[in-house]
Amino acid sequence: MTTHVEHAKCPTVGLASLDELWFQVAGTKCNLECSHCFVSCSPSNDKFGFLSLETVRRHLEDSIEHGVREYYFTGGEPFLNKELVPILELTLKYGPATVLTNATFLKAEWVARLRKAQDDSIYCLEFRVSIDGPDARTNDPIRGEGTFDEAVSGVALLVQAGFLPIITMTRVWDDANDQNVLGQFRKVLAEHGYDRARLKILPRLKIGAEASRTEGYGQFDRVTHGLLEDYDVGQLICNHSRVVTDRGIAVCPILLDSPTAILGETLNDAGGDFPLSHGACFTCYQYGAICTNTASSPMER
Amino acid sequence: MRIAFFGGIYNNYLALAAAIEDASLRGAERMYCLGDLGAFGPHPDRVFPLLRDNQIECVQGNYDHSIGNDLQDCQCGYTDPRDNWFAQISYNYTYVNTSLKNRHWMRALPSEIRFEVDGIRFLLCHGSPRKTNEFLWESTTSTHFLERLFQDAGADVVLGTHSGIHWQRQLNGNRRFINVGVLGRPENDGSTNVWYTILDTSRAGGDRAVPPADMGPVEVEFVPLLYDHERLAMEMRQEELPPEFISTIREGWWTTCLEVLPGKERGEGRY
Repeated sequence: MTTHVEHAKCPTVGLASLDELWFQVAGTKCNLECSHCFVSCSPSNDKFGFLSLETVRRHLEDSIEHGVREYYFTGGEPFLNKELVPILELTLKYGPATVLTNATFLKAEWVARLRKAQDDSIYCLEFRVSIDGPDARTNDPIRGEGTFDEAVSGVALLVQAGFLPIITMTRVWDDANDQNVLGQFRKVLAEHGYDRARLKILPRLKIGAEASRTEGYGQFDRVTHGLLEDYDVGQLICNHSRVVTDRGIAVCPILLDSPTAILGETLNDAGGDFPLSHGACFTCYQYGAICTNTASSPMER
Repeated sequence: MRIAFFGGIYNNYLALAAAIEDASLRGAERMYCLGDLGAFGPHPDRVFPLLRDNQIECVQGNYDHSIGNDLQDCQCGYTDPRDNWFAQISYNYTYVNTSLKNRHWMRALPSEIRFEVDGIRFLLCHGSPRKTNEFLWESTTSTHFLERLFQDAGADVVLGTHSGIHWQRQLNGNRRFINVGVLGRPENDGSTNVWYTILDTSRAGGDRAVPPADMGPVEVEFVPLLYDHERLAMEMRQEELPPEFISTIREGWWTTCLEVLPGKERGEGRY
């Protein structure tokens, strides 16, 4: 690290390698209004807008010279973007794609088209489906009335088409209850035809709506220079990812609301150092790159 | 020249012995191993004499780095509790059954091997040229990402094994990435055979500006290998290794360490 960084208030991390390119494809628009959403997405949140097929195409082309390994699509709810299916069809010509969805808005005809797109590609299309508990009693107070049943129906649609969605759940229960929750999840998903569910528990990110629902980060929940000693910064998503939004290139999908998140207009001018000054950076530090799929972020040895 | 490449052995010394014999019969003049000598199988120390007696140079895999340096786990990076549970059983068994001499030998293995044959620059690694434990699956590795890795690596042919299923992709300039497969366990396809790879460079010499049509600088043959898997299964039972590991050997479906599989590859399997 250089001398000026050592004296700075908080450490910074630069982009070492653009491995994952994210698309904020539905902006901050969502059909749901989850009480723990770290970017407070909702039906009326227009802070970030949709990305068009043409915008995505341009960035996919730009991504070639950066050697991007894989592409992620998020929002808001990506399927609110009417061009999402053609966007994913196009992306699968460039590389692997992952969509982060609440699965409450899926249509069988879209899923069938996407299955064909995957079959026609050498690359994988992954779905990460957010469901915050193994029953409506746990999930619905967070994600909205009826959303558990809708999401499980969406998962069943994906499974019927031959996909193996990754069910991601934010830990809105005590840590000690993890195994119990996972067991219940396996049971209920098996009852809906998904008998080898891929499950992943995510930590809460205490910003956005979640800061009001429970508590925000304390003043000492920050990454310090000391914490980074002997630490593999490759665990931090800002070390190997950037996000395309309609307002420019952002540092990571978590910190969109931060005034400092937008780093530039193009991928070429968004590689600079980013100060790890946020509480959410501390969660990323603790848990690793939780936004990406497990095989994408092996630990440095 | 014909060169044989063996991927993860995972203590499967019976498959390694069969592969050495098979590769010799197929005219391989050299043999290399791309690391991960230990894992699911029995009797770790039986692997090492085979490697040494047959002058098989080895790359250090993440498993070898861990065992050799007395680390706590295999560094596969699982987050799923079930995967970690089984990975730890396999790791602890391998660690306590590997002699100090062999652990020290693994510690000294190189993280990559480079050589040139018939004008072709080879780079042998375990996971990817930039990281020993990086998984490069066919369905989650874009071609332009491989181009970037090759640009940095300065090689014509890069070979790895870590993810455990053989595949290859041809790149610009007649270069090629090859995952050679693994000898340690079948490929999650319901067959009991394992895989290794033979490369033939004999058509590559001379004018490389005119490569053979539809080929990289080398001819690649993925070799399915039958061996005495029932004997391996019996020895695993005698060593009281988990039934889940044994069923993979006998039935050809992966039962553990599934989290890191992309959906497309996992969909090919049963679990």
